[in-house]
Amino acid sequence: MRPILMKGHERPLTFLKYNNDGDLLFSCAKDHNPTVWFADNGERLGTYRGHNGAVWCCDVSRDSGRLITGSADQTVKLWNVQTGQQLFTFNFDSPARSVDFSVGDKLAVITSDPFMELTSAIHVKRIARDPADQTGESVLVLKGPQGRINRAVWGPLNRTIISGGEDAVIRIWDAETGKLLQESDKESGHKKTITSLVKSADGSHFLTGSLDKSARLWDTRTLTLIKTYVTERPVNAVAMSPLLDHVVLGGGQDASAVTTTDHRAGKFEAKFYDKILQEEIGGVKGHFGPINALAFNPDGKSFSSGGEDGYVRLHHFDQDYFNIKL
Amino acid sequence: MALTTSRPVAKVLWGELEEDDGEDLDFLLPPKQVIGPDHNGIKKVIEYKFNDEGNKVKITTTTRTRKLANARLSKRAVERRSWPKFGDAVHEDVGSRLTMVSTEEIVLERPKPLGSKNEEPKAAGDPLAQFQKGAVLMVCRTCGKKGDHWTSKCPYKDLAAPSEGFVDKPPTSDAAAGAPGAAKGAYVPPGMRAGAERGAGSDMRRRNDENSVRVTNLSEDTREPDLLELFRPFGAVSRVYVAIDQKTGMSRGFGFVNFVIREDAQRAINKLNGYGYDSLILRVEWATPRTT
Repeated sequence: MRPILMKGHERPLTFLKYNNDGDLLFSCAKDHNPTVWFADNGERLGTYRGHNGAVWCCDVSRDSGRLITGSADQTVKLWNVQTGQQLFTFNFDSPARSVDFSVGDKLAVITSDPFMELTSAIHVKRIARDPADQTGESVLVLKGPQGRINRAVWGPLNRTIISGGEDAVIRIWDAETGKLLQESDKESGHKKTITSLVKSADGSHFLTGSLDKSARLWDTRTLTLIKTYVTERPVNAVAMSPLLDHVVLGGGQDASAVTTTDHRAGKFEAKFYDKILQEEIGGVKGHFGPINALAFNPDGKSFSSGGEDGYVRLHHFDQDYFNIKL
Repeated sequence: MALTTSRPVAKVLWGELEEDDGEDLDFLLPPKQVIGPDHNGIKKVIEYKFNDEGNKVKITTTTRTRKLANARLSKRAVERRSWPKFGDAVHEDVGSRLTMVSTEEIVLERPKPLGSKNEEPKAAGDPLAQFQKGAVLMVCRTCGKKGDHWTSKCPYKDLAAPSEGFVDKPPTSDAAAGAPGAAKGAYVPPGMRAGAERGAGSDMRRRNDENSVRVTNLSEDTREPDLLELFRPFGAVSRVYVAIDQKTGMSRGFGFVNFVIREDAQRAINKLNGYGYDSLILRVEWATPRTT
């Protein structure tokens, strides 16, 4: 396959997200402008201007009408996807790390970093149908975990919130009461910071990637460890194919060590693993730095990766990918 | 089809033609031909037209069509296609080329290439290894033990000093030992210096060079599977490579075979060097490591 290279960002990529139809790709980077691209040919549709810091995460509503972005400028912004217009700004007292719309797009879960003497927190905000009615009040604020919370997503039926972060513990919270329901235990859990968390297409299981050089697959309801995928490099990003039983892990050595070693030693590949057999299927090379973001097109026929090198690489799979046998 | 009017009609000796017919001589040309697209997606279009001097020119256009994912788009996605650009995309320079198609063909690289399946049974008590147990053949050059393990599987490998007998070890590996390298004043990359965390990268590089056999004077028809077939009987092969000329697609007449076990490679060299293969006499030798 010949990937499409998109060089719209001047700084490392942080997050990638496809919309529900899989025709738009949203990219966030440490430069201040989240960008939307056509997911088939990689043409740039527009940028969302207004943030004043690195943008860490984004999510798009199911109807592709709204975009929510979380940034290090201590704000979370709602955008009109079509025009790039800012609809609302949530202000926080610390950088926002992760954002996720609930099923139905009526709620959003936002995590904020520890900053000064503030601890990290998970905020739940109500998203109004009409942006004029939007308020900045939190429905719920969850506190407790030590260190940064790198990702928080909604569980099934919006009843729970699943979070993971620097303390390497996966927690499931009650989204109504804010009570901590479950925690991953020490033996089966990650040993180092959880960098990414992605749900399967049906939400029945989710995959976490960690700096302990592994990715783990968990049951959403019981929080039991299903599978472990071991690799040689810290995992910065994970993705799950909606079509085949494949998982993709992206990572690479620390950006600070890149210049001192051979580029082949960096292992800046997107590694494909068989979801069930836990065996490596193959690697896709190309980035000149660690992979920070991965996303699968909802149709499962293409995926994109974003790297520390500032490039988004959009890969449309060749036909033989769909016939791979171990 | 555009025709230039300045074309001298006189050159075409059709006296019967009326003056104004001269404007349209297309019917004199052979019809447009379209060949393909074949299974590689290569399509040839052959057109004929008159050039400025009135000469007939044949134009062959070869195009390769690549099928991307055949997407089924929703109505709303089609609608979104016509959305106007916004933000920085509005004032985008035509020449900015934000989106490019990679010039490099990227493949999903399989972690274990050909013959890897055979690797495991060998490690776990291969019948051949069992048979040779105690035979003089199996001598570990690191610890000198006979018939217990191969050199590459030696448990004391890391403890022993590297033997001088290694031909295929990169010369830099001595410098990599750390202190002596520094004393000589040779540059040692920080990742290789003593105390630096030895990444898997250097290992990976070594594995590629280790037990590598160069095969030259191959016939042009020889392909990787042929080479594998030829070398497979000597032991597990981890990589087979035949150099292919990018332009012509023909074999350049040499290739490399990597063995999992060094002794297998040695046996293959002994047996196959000077072996007649496809009317040519093969030359099989240890691959010398790349100097860079």
